[in-house]
Amino acid sequence: MTTVIEARGLIKRYGHFAAVDGIDLTVEKGEVFGLLGPNGSGKTTTILLLLGLTEPTAGSISVLGLDPLRRPLAVKRRIGYLPDQIGFYDHLTAWENLAYTARLAGLISKEADGRITGALGRVRLEEVANRRVATFSRGMRQRLGLAEVLVKKAEIAILDEPTSGLDPQSAQELLDLIRELAGEGVTFVLSSHQLAMMQTICGRVGLFRRGQVGLVGRVEDLTANVLGGTFRIEVETENADLVKVLAGVRHVSGLTPLQGRRWRIDADADVRADVAHRIVGAGGALHSITMRQATLDEVYVRFFEGENHDVAA
Amino acid sequence: MTSRREGSPFAGLSTIALKEAADHMNSIRIHLVMVLVLLTAIGSVYAAIGQIKATVGEDQFLFLRLFTTAQQPLPSFVFFLGFLVPLVAIALGFDAINGEYNRRTLSRVLSQPIYRDALLTGKFLGGLLVIAICLLALWLLVTGLGMLLLGLPPSGEEIARGLAFLFASFVYAGVWLAVALAFSTIVKSPATSALCALTAWLLFTVFWPMLAPLIAGAVAPIDPLDPMTAVHQIHVQQAIARISPNTLYGETTLALLNPATRSLGLLFADQLSGALMGAPLPFSLSVVLIWPQLAGMIAALLVLFTIAYVSFQRQEIRA
Repeated sequence: MTTVIEARGLIKRYGHFAAVDGIDLTVEKGEVFGLLGPNGSGKTTTILLLLGLTEPTAGSISVLGLDPLRRPLAVKRRIGYLPDQIGFYDHLTAWENLAYTARLAGLISKEADGRITGALGRVRLEEVANRRVATFSRGMRQRLGLAEVLVKKAEIAILDEPTSGLDPQSAQELLDLIRELAGEGVTFVLSSHQLAMMQTICGRVGLFRRGQVGLVGRVEDLTANVLGGTFRIEVETENADLVKVLAGVRHVSGLTPLQGRRWRIDADADVRADVAHRIVGAGGALHSITMRQATLDEVYVRFFEGENHDVAA
Repeated sequence: MTSRREGSPFAGLSTIALKEAADHMNSIRIHLVMVLVLLTAIGSVYAAIGQIKATVGEDQFLFLRLFTTAQQPLPSFVFFLGFLVPLVAIALGFDAINGEYNRRTLSRVLSQPIYRDALLTGKFLGGLLVIAICLLALWLLVTGLGMLLLGLPPSGEEIARGLAFLFASFVYAGVWLAVALAFSTIVKSPATSALCALTAWLLFTVFWPMLAPLIAGAVAPIDPLDPMTAVHQIHVQQAIARISPNTLYGETTLALLNPATRSLGLLFADQLSGALMGAPLPFSLSVVLIWPQLAGMIAALLVLFTIAYVSFQRQEIRA
């Protein structure tokens, strides 16, 4: 594993407001890294800093071993970027838009032509290649943006809010494409406030709040750690006094009544079989028993509990 | 905080300039303005030809009369150009930068391996290229029309003066393109920046000639007992009027297309003693006469472009 992005003590201030307030970040080659957090928590600013589009107030960045401030062209040649709310020249066709950025990237036209055709095929836009982008849906625009990354043969793709505003199917399609490309060795940095959606695709995530990275780690570790390694089991049962039934069961750490006949059991191991056995053994009727995996949303809420989100935003 | 950056600030410049020029050539906005310019140009030149034919005289520079002759109710070709060229330039440049913000294409384009310098300069050069093509076409059209309808070819000096006039028009259009570009970087909404640029255009082409004497009267009142104060007032008035690029362009074309022009300011009788009234100046002396005006326009162009450049460099990319 080699580190492709490294940021140390990154600070960006606008006047007195610190949009990014001391961020340390490392991204390894080939991973899908998620910058997650609410709007205004510093994700986009961090991305612009990585691209060298904004100068940091303090701190150091190294992208592919290069300083994006000193050698912005060399860095930008190897990074693909999909901004939030990606825009294209509406009066040009999809093909022309890609040809323009390919020329800006310094590709000679013959090679660019081949790459553009290939890239449009990859993102399934070859049939509309000669249609004006004005007629494209949001999902198609995002895919066209991804095609731009492909044309450039970027080693790192930075995608800002790639799924926001997409319908579930388009979002899924886009995520599938990202997964496919990540499998081919492209490093992805995704930013999003849709934590649940990112959970399915990111290897590691950094949780942002107020310009800082609160937590960094693999999704599994975070969900396990923050909830204290809890397994949350929900049971729906009748005619059984759960408090009594579960007394003395190993691994169970808590019991909370929910609505109606449902209860929540917190445990530090999968105790479903044992619980079911005891309820039935005590003459209770067991309607359902499910285990809920902790989600990143929960991690976020737990971790930043009590935070005033208006301030963060 | 960065002392040195690697890579050329001109990477991608020609790509951007050509793309901008191609966009302009295809845009309806430019087609409309150009049709307007073409129609007025042909109309005024046609009228001028009629006038010239009716008053055949011994004129050494008959061909240049094409540009300057006015026949009521139509003003001369030069007047039209001075009035409409800014409009073309503004149409080309008013949404250059804020349009990119609004389409949200700016950050995507700037994430390509180019500097911001290239984007701004490329847009400026793209606009200049379109202006150059249009002016050249217009000039050739007028010259051709003159040759056809007057039946005589222009002399060498007339061609030289015509080309100099073409260049002056180009610089004049460049000034207004720089005005539009500066507004497009400073003002966030394209509609507002278009209005700002048009306001500046109206101010300088319509109201400035009225304002200059008023301001001069207030700044340098005439003392009835001192005749030199009157001279002083005229000097002040002229200086104020020359803030307007329209005045500079007007004086430039006057000297270039009317070879008998000996001075663009006041002349005293003793300065004229021995002069052959109405005798044309050689081309080189006409150029010397307009040199300050031309230099002034080029300076204005550079200053305005610098304003646009600085304001663009300081901007945050995020929309």
